[in-house]
Amino acid sequence: MLIMLKNITIGQYIPGNTFIHRLDPRVKIILSIIFIISLFIITKFSGYIFILLFLLLSVFVSKIPLSYIFKGLKPILVILILTVGLNVFFTPGGTYLASIGPLKITSNGVRLALFMGLRLIFLIVGTSLLTLTTSPIALTDGIENLLTPFKSIGLPAHELAMMMTIALRFIPTLLEETDKIMKAQMARGADFESGNLVKRAKNLIPLLVPLFISAFRRADELAVAMEARCYRGGFNRTKLKQLKVSNRDYIAILFTAILVGIIIWNRFWPW
Amino acid sequence: MGKIIMTKDLTFVYEAESNDSSKKIVLNSLNIDIDEGKFVAIIGHNGSGKSTLAKHFNALLVPTEGDVYINGMNTKDTSHLWDIRQTAGMVFQNPDNQLVATIVEEDVAFGPENLGIDPKEIRERVDFALNAVDMYKYREFAPHMLSGGQKQRIAIAGVIAMRPQCIILDEPTAMLDPKGRKEVIKTVQKLNKENGITIILITHFMEEAVLADRVIVMDNGKIALDGTPKDVFKEVKILKDLGLDVPQVTELAYKLKQEGIDIPTEILTVDEMVRFICQYK
Amino acid sequence: MSIQVENISFVYNEGTPFESVALKDVSFTIDDNEFVGIIGHTGSGKSTLIQHLNGLLKPTSGRIIVNGIDITTKKDLKDIRKEVGIVFQYPEHQLFEETIYKDIAFGPSNLGLSDDEIEKRVYDAMRIVGLDIKIKDMSPFELSGGERRRVAIAGVLSMMPKILILDEPTAGLDPKGRDEILHQIKQIHQMYNMTTILVSHSMEDIAKLVNKIIVMHEGKVSLIGAPKEVFKHVEELEKIGLGVPQITYLVRELRKNGIDLPDDVLTVDEAKKYILEYLRGVDNA
Repeated sequence: MLIMLKNITIGQYIPGNTFIHRLDPRVKIILSIIFIISLFIITKFSGYIFILLFLLLSVFVSKIPLSYIFKGLKPILVILILTVGLNVFFTPGGTYLASIGPLKITSNGVRLALFMGLRLIFLIVGTSLLTLTTSPIALTDGIENLLTPFKSIGLPAHELAMMMTIALRFIPTLLEETDKIMKAQMARGADFESGNLVKRAKNLIPLLVPLFISAFRRADELAVAMEARCYRGGFNRTKLKQLKVSNRDYIAILFTAILVGIIIWNRFWPW
Repeated sequence: MGKIIMTKDLTFVYEAESNDSSKKIVLNSLNIDIDEGKFVAIIGHNGSGKSTLAKHFNALLVPTEGDVYINGMNTKDTSHLWDIRQTAGMVFQNPDNQLVATIVEEDVAFGPENLGIDPKEIRERVDFALNAVDMYKYREFAPHMLSGGQKQRIAIAGVIAMRPQCIILDEPTAMLDPKGRKEVIKTVQKLNKENGITIILITHFMEEAVLADRVIVMDNGKIALDGTPKDVFKEVKILKDLGLDVPQVTELAYKLKQEGIDIPTEILTVDEMVRFICQYK
Repeated sequence: MSIQVENISFVYNEGTPFESVALKDVSFTIDDNEFVGIIGHTGSGKSTLIQHLNGLLKPTSGRIIVNGIDITTKKDLKDIRKEVGIVFQYPEHQLFEETIYKDIAFGPSNLGLSDDEIEKRVYDAMRIVGLDIKIKDMSPFELSGGERRRVAIAGVLSMMPKILILDEPTAGLDPKGRDEILHQIKQIHQMYNMTTILVSHSMEDIAKLVNKIIVMHEGKVSLIGAPKEVFKHVEELEKIGLGVPQITYLVRELRKNGIDLPDDVLTVDEAKKYILEYLRGVDNA
């Protein structure tokens, strides 16, 4: 359990100063969304060639080690296998290839499975590239900024962003606290490491109750401190760091536009 | 010299959820004037009302009876609320629970951002404030990477960036180690001397209180003693009865006097004591 | 009960980019029934050190022998945790039960004791820390900060450890609350013959209570010995960001000015005695 806590990393941001790192977060978020949409426009394997080239170029420019990219794929391995498996066995039509028990494998199935599998991999790599190169704060700023126009229809853009910021700020504090309380209870003979699932869950009470109490106390104190510093919601608020779209961003937009263009064109190719 | 803080018959009654029997008079008809530019320490045991008093100076609480004026503005007048909070900034005990942002400089910018100040000026204020507390080189750090003393200095910078005339510190050193304590007190002294900011320091540490221009001792919602550190700390017996400390040399002087030695009881520092004893050589 | 710490080192996050050495070749012995003070500023390794003494952390190298048993090789640490109790900083933050009684009973019930024995221990522990038995069914969260801390200390005492470790038990308390807790710790040490280890930032408190001081600096033991010896090393202590009691500074200054006083005065009462002798000696001359 203690070891588990230590391995939780918050976000997966890898600091850097590359072209990709320095893009305006808003531009990065929008381009990532466009990238995802373009994935779903593709109907042929040939389209993926351009996606692959685009991703390779981005990874190369961002100087993110490939090992990090693969690590990001690990958690979705189960989903990936499930997607491929379901498509292989349950797609009708095409030439019969083989069968496992009552399940038949057809050429259409293999084709679709591969197609879906690749789409999923590209989707994950594309989005993890966004989180790997954008600090959580920049992401929050970007999201807040992009959501601001929707304020008029009642979307609490500022509040959402403030919640994210505070969560990010307090995660390390609460992790440290968890470790402390755990040790204090272990010193009183508490056992967090043995027993069946029900017993283990029950054993967590001496950890969770103090943790919740402390989180509420912190929230209370933080609210008073924020009030003392003249916080009154998003009303009339300015920001130290202004987001600015620069030439760099226009280049990124251009490259993405080319990609989307090719992919739309690709739909009319014969293969 | 102007009065930055004035209280007129300030009374505060704490009521725990409409339960009449649990009414408690926390502050009892207090009249305190604080001169601009002074360094004032407020001491008193837990529950003596000193934190409640501090929260009145920032309009986080308003009096049940009587009035509090900050730079002439009544804290009951809600139209001045933001001016008051800007004039009298507040630093709290727990360094972890008052920093909002994930990056030091963004946290310092939090106050000015709330005031709707132009980004360019915020940048200037943030840089000035970080330099004032000597933390400029940590501007891009995450708060959880800093020591307790450093976090408190960031909290102070966050207040400085709002250009206050007065800073109220509610036991800012209670959770720090001696090194962190020294850092914070040095910073506070510097802001008082160099920037002319009025300081109100609530503390349990008498070695911090002796550095002030004026010490106010609270007990049971009232003022028990009020004066210069020398005037206050010579009352060793009263302070001990109130459950408070005096510096060790002051205690020594008091005990020597009881033994019939003709010694001034207002000795606060090692040097003063050395000077006294050496005159017998 | 005695503790022997033999050449222990401890590295956090070994083998990662965040690797940091917290303890370097630390050795010392604590004898049965000693009252030991550990001083050092934040990050000196003192918190890491005390967590080793009941097996919450295992040293990267070296051995720790508690009462003749090497706890670094032992698998089941429950026996050790029963013998070595730790009161952590701000222990009131560990309270979780609905009633004071249940919270103090948490430790003993983890030891699998009978209900009668648990009850006896809870009542004993409450008495020791000066809590009225009448409040046992109250929620600990209705109490004041100082009282909550006593409940938490009682929660460790109820395990009846032979060695009691307290990490800054007076942090955040006012002078009165601090004096009460320290007084109780002193009583526990004397009445129950508990080996006691006190981590503190207050040189004055340490000087008043302990018979041995361990000074930690950058993961190493930099000084060890009786308070009167350790506090003679004023320059060394100041260099590592610590100090000596104000009264010790005073006597040192007086000695520099040619006044003949002993060089190991630590408390106000000692100073009073010597200075009175001196002043009366001058008068008579």
